[in-house]
Amino acid sequence: MAASAAALRHLASLGARLPPQGRAAGRLLQQRRGIRLSAPAAIQVTVRDALNQALDEELERDERVFLLGEEVAQYDGAYKISRGLWKKYGDKRVIDTPISEMGFTGIAVGAAMAGLRPVCEFMTFNFSMQAIDQVINSAAKTCYMSAGAIAVPIVFRGPNGASAGVAAQHSQCFAAWYGHCPGLKVVSPWSSEDAKGLLKASIRDDNPVVMLENELLYGVPFEMSEQAQSKDFVVPIGKAKIERQGTHVTLVSHSRPVGHCLEAAAVLAKEGVECEVINLRTIRPMDIETVEASVVKTNHLVTVEGGWPQFGVGAEICARIMEGSAFNYLDAPAVRVTGADVPMPYAKILEDNCIPQVKDIIFAVKKTLNI
Amino acid sequence: MRKMLLAALSRVLQGPAAAAAGRTGAVSEASRVMVASRNYADFANEATFEIKKCDLHRLEEGPSTTAVMTREEGLHYYKTMQTIRRMELKSDQLYKQKIIRGFCHLYDGQEACCVGLEVAIKPTDHVITAYRAHGFTYARGVPVREILAELTGRKGGCVKGKGGSMHMYTKNFYGGNGIVGAQVPLGAGIALACKYFGKNEVCLTLYGDGAANQGQIFETYNMAALWKLPCIFICENNRYGMGTSVERAAASTDYYKRGDFIPGLRVDGMDVLCVREAAKFAAEYCRAGKGPILMELQTYRYHGHSMSDPGISYRTREEIQEVRSKSDPITLLKDRMVNNNLASIEELKEIDVAVRKEIEEAAQFATTDPEPPLEELGNHIYFNEPPFEVRGPNQWIRYKSVS
Repeated sequence: MAASAAALRHLASLGARLPPQGRAAGRLLQQRRGIRLSAPAAIQVTVRDALNQALDEELERDERVFLLGEEVAQYDGAYKISRGLWKKYGDKRVIDTPISEMGFTGIAVGAAMAGLRPVCEFMTFNFSMQAIDQVINSAAKTCYMSAGAIAVPIVFRGPNGASAGVAAQHSQCFAAWYGHCPGLKVVSPWSSEDAKGLLKASIRDDNPVVMLENELLYGVPFEMSEQAQSKDFVVPIGKAKIERQGTHVTLVSHSRPVGHCLEAAAVLAKEGVECEVINLRTIRPMDIETVEASVVKTNHLVTVEGGWPQFGVGAEICARIMEGSAFNYLDAPAVRVTGADVPMPYAKILEDNCIPQVKDIIFAVKKTLNI
Repeated sequence: MRKMLLAALSRVLQGPAAAAAGRTGAVSEASRVMVASRNYADFANEATFEIKKCDLHRLEEGPSTTAVMTREEGLHYYKTMQTIRRMELKSDQLYKQKIIRGFCHLYDGQEACCVGLEVAIKPTDHVITAYRAHGFTYARGVPVREILAELTGRKGGCVKGKGGSMHMYTKNFYGGNGIVGAQVPLGAGIALACKYFGKNEVCLTLYGDGAANQGQIFETYNMAALWKLPCIFICENNRYGMGTSVERAAASTDYYKRGDFIPGLRVDGMDVLCVREAAKFAAEYCRAGKGPILMELQTYRYHGHSMSDPGISYRTREEIQEVRSKSDPITLLKDRMVNNNLASIEELKEIDVAVRKEIEEAAQFATTDPEPPLEELGNHIYFNEPPFEVRGPNQWIRYKSVS
């Protein structure tokens, strides 16, 4: 029985145990109906499973790759991203650390300098602030300071931004902070394909990469093409993806809000407004060319992000659009939709109104289109 | 007649060395005759020295209290320490002439530490330290001219002028780190890689008495011990963290005990042999898979914290002078060698002359080599990356970035 992606998401968010998806569903179908199916084409894969597959494949591919972080081994990962990996690869490749962010991040960076390829997990990026000196001063800047003598092939990954009801200290978005620094690459996946492809690309990259995941997306299934299921599938860092073609307005976003943009686009389409939705995928180096080409076509720009407005990703996009050729094609000032400019409150009604919602995106689009 | 016969005999035995002595031109006629009459057959091959016993923490036995040094080793240690000494003094000069800018943290007084450590380990072992790094940079194999040219910000600098005083690197030497204490977890990470690759290598992870109070160091002690990393933690205790004496900064100044569950030794850091023996002991300990070990080297810096610190507001000139006269590492070695017939004063003076010449030539290079070309400003942002453009101070200024 096929279920819509939206229904599955809803069910998943309620904690429902879903009927087998993907390959398991195909096998079940075979058993029950005795039908021989051809090799599966697209299947449904959650972001969690996509990340797990990426880690598994890269650990297998290159013995210099290893994973470290709190609870990544015997607990199977705080969010189960590394489920099964310790059992398969053992203590040498999957390492549980004590609660010592600054220490274990520095250890991971040093290991990268000496030729290993660590994946350093932050339980959430809020805790990366304790280790941010190692990320910026030890990892990001070393290749430059050493004139290329020392490379730091490390991936820092973990959930970023708002979750649900975890309050101010556990809800900050770090896209702008890490996106600010030369020497780093910063990626922000939305779909399962993004998650798997970007994690694989990040691990194979010889530079320090910050991968900003999203906890609320972990359980969400997305369609994964046959190509994306391959062990060699990577999503190139630094290239945005147009998730939906449109003609009237450009919506640019990253991570979970990309989904909200697509929902807003669906609603607006009924009113005859066709939105072009761009999934940035990479924060640094940012693919501004794709945004510019889109703005030249649509003449209207709305940026959408979960982080705070001041000095945010949207602010950077607007500045660059102003500096480039696309400015002359804008028929109205660019508009930003962001998280509310407050520390994240706890009560549901407050929290809901601190995160950009579909209605906020629709409102912004109508404002810029003056309708 | 006897003198002439001896001189003739010595010249025959010395061969080309005598001609070389003549070429430097700095050796006087009288002393040249003296050198010639004391040929290499007069010197001992080696000598055994009593060295200070190390204080031990959680160790049943420590390094040996005697050290054997060959003539060859002694000459090598002497030349290396003297080169570092003169290189640092030259840097002082260049800084005062404003040819070196920014931060400059000098190592004179501490030479026995980096030399004693280097000769105790292998080139395939790893070293990481903080910002007082010029001595280690030289000991790990970077020529003086490349160090000085890096200080003066020229393209012939060891990292092409991109790093400066605090960020010099070479094979198996990871700098040169500006953030106090941050190099310690890095060093443990390098040790983790050593263990992972299984090539029996160790990592010397250095920090100062000031850095010893950094929290991340204790996080690192914990993980290094937990995972038995082949990491030799080394605290270079020169008694002052910038202007703060150890008594004012640390509730416990027994830095060799601060690793708690990690065994430690306190070592006389002014004696190159003491440092060497302790480092050999520590390296053996780590290579045996016993986990990390901690060494405190008691040493002293003659200069202030950096070139902007005269170094006398928080300590007396008398104290500095006392260390210079009683504990100078180079003088200590020289006296040992001369008193034990491993070398003559004149021979060591010849080495001094050769070192001075090398430093002068290096300084000449460092002051005449051109600055790095502006086109290279954007290079090495990333490693192994296709070329891309980097933004300059405004949107119309772009630099190409090549890996």
